Amino acid sequence: MADLKVKIHDLELNNPVLTASGTFGYGEEFDDFIDVNRLGGIIVKGTTASKREGNPYPRMVETPSGMLNAVGLQNKGVDNFISDIYPRIKNYKTKIIVNVSGSTISEYVEVSEKINELLNIPAIELNISCPNVKEGGMAFGTSCQAASEVIKAVRKVYKKTLIVKLSPNVTDISEIAVAAENSGADSISLINTLLGMAIDAEKRKPILSTITGGLSGPAIKPIAIRMVWQVAKAVKIPVIGLGGIMNSADAIEFILAGATAIQVGTSNFIDPQISIKIIDGIEKYLNHHKINSINELIGSL
Amino acid sequence: MKKHINNLKIINRKSLNKDFFLIDLSVPHTINEILPGQFVEVLIENSANTFLRRPFSIHDIDYEKQTLSLLIQIVGDGTFELSKRKSGEYLNLIYPLGNSFSEPINEKTLLIGGGAGIAPLLFLAKHFNRVHHKFSVLLGVRSENYLVRFEEFKRLAEVFISTEDGSLGEKGFITNHSILTQGKIGFDKIITCGPKPMMKAVANIASDQNIDCEVSLENTMACGIGACLCCVEETKHGNLCVCIDGPVFNVKDLKWQI
Repeated sequence: MADLKVKIHDLELNNPVLTASGTFGYGEEFDDFIDVNRLGGIIVKGTTASKREGNPYPRMVETPSGMLNAVGLQNKGVDNFISDIYPRIKNYKTKIIVNVSGSTISEYVEVSEKINELLNIPAIELNISCPNVKEGGMAFGTSCQAASEVIKAVRKVYKKTLIVKLSPNVTDISEIAVAAENSGADSISLINTLLGMAIDAEKRKPILSTITGGLSGPAIKPIAIRMVWQVAKAVKIPVIGLGGIMNSADAIEFILAGATAIQVGTSNFIDPQISIKIIDGIEKYLNHHKINSINELIGSL
Repeated sequence: MKKHINNLKIINRKSLNKDFFLIDLSVPHTINEILPGQFVEVLIENSANTFLRRPFSIHDIDYEKQTLSLLIQIVGDGTFELSKRKSGEYLNLIYPLGNSFSEPINEKTLLIGGGAGIAPLLFLAKHFNRVHHKFSVLLGVRSENYLVRFEEFKRLAEVFISTEDGSLGEKGFITNHSILTQGKIGFDKIITCGPKPMMKAVANIASDQNIDCEVSLENTMACGIGACLCCVEETKHGNLCVCIDGPVFNVKDLKWQI
């Protein structure tokens, strides 16, 4: 039996398959379909300091081999997460990671500080790459200086594993990744969605209420793999790859490109059991190729 | 209520006219768990332009044959691809999803269905019939050729028809039908499904006459299980997911301008 365990800084995962923030709720939504405990980890919905209603409907449009979304970080805020949601999910036997989002540095710091106190949350994913909020979000992920400032501020208050989620909407993603590493990130996850747009030709109007939105799904997979490959060469910290992973072969591609772990996102919407199928598929691949540990495969192009 | 993901066998597929077709699926073991108003998410394979599942109302349940029926209108590549599926083939479904119409505690209900919006109302009509709740049905279509499932409704209750071209029943929009416009409406509850502008017009009439009104919404959705937060409707309790908090809403909870 091949060994699927991987390590993201201090965070030990039973297998490299995580579910991406905003595509898996808080895990509970999938209890009817899979044993959530089998996952390497769950990255829960983007959490902000206060409750957010998100953007007006329509927030989603299907596009060729993917979809655009403009949900805009709808969530009940960190205090509600701690009082209502955390007690329900803290006993999952998988790693629960909170995606921390915000509009200002102080908001990121406030949320991170509060999450730091939660015993069963061993890591956060700092979302400096959300394209669907008016203030902050992606703005922090598109310049080295802004990224560095917010990561340094969070690093001061957050003592566990700090993953930083990067935006692909930049000229040189390795530059941002290096800035994140130098500012105290323990790991980099990439890519968040690509900024896109769709128009209703008959109505001659944009389809999304926000005009632009984030593109996800297999349409973005080649871009994501290229960026993971670039970033994995540029930094020493572990890289977590995501973007259009639909099956275990896609996951293996990311791992070969240099990802230590992967996230399954949009495909959860089509097959709520896909994350488990991907774990089984990776194990089968390793056994078939007589590879003892997934770690031998990471970046082994 | 537990949700299932299963490959269900197509028992029967029948064209009703050039736009509408019916698919009956075998649902062993779990049929009794399904409630009127709920929906399913269907995986559409081998359709290059169809990435996400497609949500459809549960149109009918046959408890004896253990089948679930979907009434589908061909509107795009996904529904066209589904129209080509044959008996004996399988469809992958996630079901049952969403809430349900509320149980009747009133005297007499009017069901109003426009176009493909009649889909969830037949299952509800059968349920009302079974629990001996008094109701009538108002169906609205563009013209006579577009009317489907009339006989099935007719067997259960009094049915009123309106067509935009006057080819059958009263001429005009469904909301101009005389049972809605002439004096006090003889119903103390309205349940409606159809295009949003139609449902809003119905909600207006209900509000004017102080009648309780439930609507079934069909906002564009991805997951169907409350994970993606794409299908939200603005309500007095914030943005709620049509897939888990709906699809059935009482109009008094929505922020419609009525």
